[in-house]
Amino acid sequence: MRRILVQFAHPVLERSRVNRRLLAAIRDIEGVTVNDLYEAYPALAIDVEREQALLVAHDVIVFQHPFYWYSTPAILKEWQDLVLEHGWAYGAGGTQLRSKLTLNAITTGGPAHAYRREGGNRFTVRELLAPWEQTAFLCGMRFLAPHVVHAALRIVGDDDLAPRRDSYRRLLEALRDDRIDLERAEAAQNLADELDHVLAPREVA
Amino acid sequence: MTGGVLAMVLVYLAAAVVFVPIAKRLGLGAVLGYLVAGVIIGPFVLGLVGDEGHSVTHFAEFGVPVMLFLVGLELRPGLLWQLRKPIFGLGGAQVVATAAAVAGVAVAAGLHYKIAIAVGLIFASSSTAIVLSTLAERNLLKTQGGQASFSVLLFQDIAVVPIFAVFPLLATFAVIAPSAGDAGARPAWQSALLVLAAVAGVVAIGRFVVRPVFQFLATVKVRESFTAAALLIVVGIAYLMYLVDLSAALGTFLAGVVLADSEYRHELETDLEPFRGLLLGLFFISIGAQIDFGLIGREPLMIGGIVIATMAGKLIVLYALGRLFRLDRSSRWLFAFALAQIGEFAFVLLTQGQKDHIFTAAVAAPLVAAVALSMALTPLMFIVLERFVLPAVTDRDAERPEDEIVSEDTPVVIAGYGRFGQMVGRILRANQIGVTILDLDPEMVEVVRRLGVKVYYGDASRMDLLHAAGCARAKLFVCAVDDKEEATKIVEQVRHHFPNLTIVSRCRDRQHYWELRKLGCIAVFRETFGSAYEAGIASLIQLGYRSYTAHRLARRWRDHEERTLEDLGKHWGTESYFAQAKQRMEEAERLMRDVDPTVYLERDAAWDNESLRADTQVDAAAPPVAERP
Repeated sequence: MRRILVQFAHPVLERSRVNRRLLAAIRDIEGVTVNDLYEAYPALAIDVEREQALLVAHDVIVFQHPFYWYSTPAILKEWQDLVLEHGWAYGAGGTQLRSKLTLNAITTGGPAHAYRREGGNRFTVRELLAPWEQTAFLCGMRFLAPHVVHAALRIVGDDDLAPRRDSYRRLLEALRDDRIDLERAEAAQNLADELDHVLAPREVA
Repeated sequence: MTGGVLAMVLVYLAAAVVFVPIAKRLGLGAVLGYLVAGVIIGPFVLGLVGDEGHSVTHFAEFGVPVMLFLVGLELRPGLLWQLRKPIFGLGGAQVVATAAAVAGVAVAAGLHYKIAIAVGLIFASSSTAIVLSTLAERNLLKTQGGQASFSVLLFQDIAVVPIFAVFPLLATFAVIAPSAGDAGARPAWQSALLVLAAVAGVVAIGRFVVRPVFQFLATVKVRESFTAAALLIVVGIAYLMYLVDLSAALGTFLAGVVLADSEYRHELETDLEPFRGLLLGLFFISIGAQIDFGLIGREPLMIGGIVIATMAGKLIVLYALGRLFRLDRSSRWLFAFALAQIGEFAFVLLTQGQKDHIFTAAVAAPLVAAVALSMALTPLMFIVLERFVLPAVTDRDAERPEDEIVSEDTPVVIAGYGRFGQMVGRILRANQIGVTILDLDPEMVEVVRRLGVKVYYGDASRMDLLHAAGCARAKLFVCAVDDKEEATKIVEQVRHHFPNLTIVSRCRDRQHYWELRKLGCIAVFRETFGSAYEAGIASLIQLGYRSYTAHRLARRWRDHEERTLEDLGKHWGTESYFAQAKQRMEEAERLMRDVDPTVYLERDAAWDNESLRADTQVDAAAPPVAERP
């Protein structure tokens, strides 16, 4: 069983529609730890030791956040800058994160078709996540495709979000129980859409 | 009688008031000013003072122990231990070499060898009073040369004890009646025991008696009793030393060292400083008044010869020793020039020599004149040193002076070490920033001192205490005193005397805030503001607000509050009392208005995507220009 850490970052969760519900959908899963970064560090003073201990204690690190300006809310950048220390996470002797799995669970305002060469955003989400992918690579982690909820602004009620809540929950459970084909998951574009494809066949033999 | 005393005091004080400023203005230093004042009021110019000069000298000599007590206060035992090599090595070499050189010349000049040895020992000493006050006046005490001079002077003070013991052995004519009560009358082992006992006594007094007494006096809070107690320590120790034939200066120095670690150090310094200045001034005036110009007039060549030969000889010996002990070039010159004169102990020893039947009054008289002249020449020596010698050697002497006494000055001085000052002090100390703390509460001082923090008892609005705490060299002054008037007074003083010192201050309320800002404090903090602010945030969180949101909202309110405070402050103090009262009413009203959350909550559009949302709902097909979640 893999232990999963959800690094959650949303500056105004009380106004959130999608992220709040997604979080509620996975909070109670056994083996999942949710670390609410803005709640823990309201003055952005990250407790590096605590964060590193959390990373060490888990096998899968999920960064759940809105895709602000094709990136993350500010606290996640601060978190990266402080926690992923040289000699700890990367570089000589920096082996603490080696072979852990990581992915981003994000929500975007724009619809899926906007995230392509001809679309308004001109790049795919995976392309825009290149810094995260490279960070994972540098730390020796396996970077899986993101779980993306597109057009979050158009989601109004629980019904709109039901399929995504479901895919997010199933994804984390599958990761926990090692029922994911990691190579396919690394190659995918959006695990929310391609979940069935990456789930390892339950009975191969 | 009373009239006579008053007249005398009048003459001395007037002389000091007139001549010292003139001498200082002319760049000659206060010591020369006092000496000239003495000469002018002395029997050979105005004749205002006469025979009582000697008794005044004896009284004024007390300035030397006071001065050494203060010097001792600056030296912690650890530092003294560091100086053991210069004191005994350099000091010992100086006394032996100088005495031998002088004695050699004296024998060559036809004096009996015993007289020659006695004169050599007498002339080996330098003037602690003149040298230390001159060095202090020029801020040279902490330089390498200054430290070397100080060490040698200290050894000379110690050496007086054995010199007294040796003198009876040098008697050159028959002793008619055994001199009773002198040091020589006691067997050596007894003297040694007495000396040890006295030293132990001084240390014990400093360690175990002074602190509780001061603690008690501090609770009584009567200023004068503090000053009296400080004087009592010095007088008491001087008397104890007198009883065992030890140098009073040495004893008080020791007591000073013992008390250097005490939290009352600055207070003692502040209390005794005026006495030191006055007594030493008196001492120098009386030396000036005693110079026997009659004798000098009759024997100018002999006395001039003695002065010049002695000073030149001492200078050469000192310079050579400076080289031998590896002082750097400019320090060697300072050291040699500073100590070239003959010290005030010579007066005492010349009298003692006659009592011990070493020489007669006829031999002593020209020597006394020579000693006084050499002391009077010292300020001139310093002028020659600074104008001609040092400029010639310093440009080639770029090397840094080594082994300086570590200055105790800290970059930060904190006045008031209660609940407020403690926080500031702890944050600074946690970041390895040295702080000097002044506090007026004896119990607080005691408690904090026990925790190993450098804290001093004293009233921080006193100019001299601020000086003693090192405000002249500090970078930052933190006024953390709780009393409103007291804080204003302290800030005023600091602002006035140390205009370049940055001040951070605690304040009571808005009025006080504006007052202190107007005085030039760079940052002022209302004493309960920070904790009330935190409590506000905690309350929001307890009511279910997200922590980050609570912090942002409180911060926003705080920025608004601080802007309002500054704006209101611009009007403060410009109108009469009634206008101010009216303003305060308005202010209160305005404060109430500020509670309206619309002032800041409605403006919080951060991460708000309602408008974006409306956009996407209207035109779902076309991708928005800037796609933001």
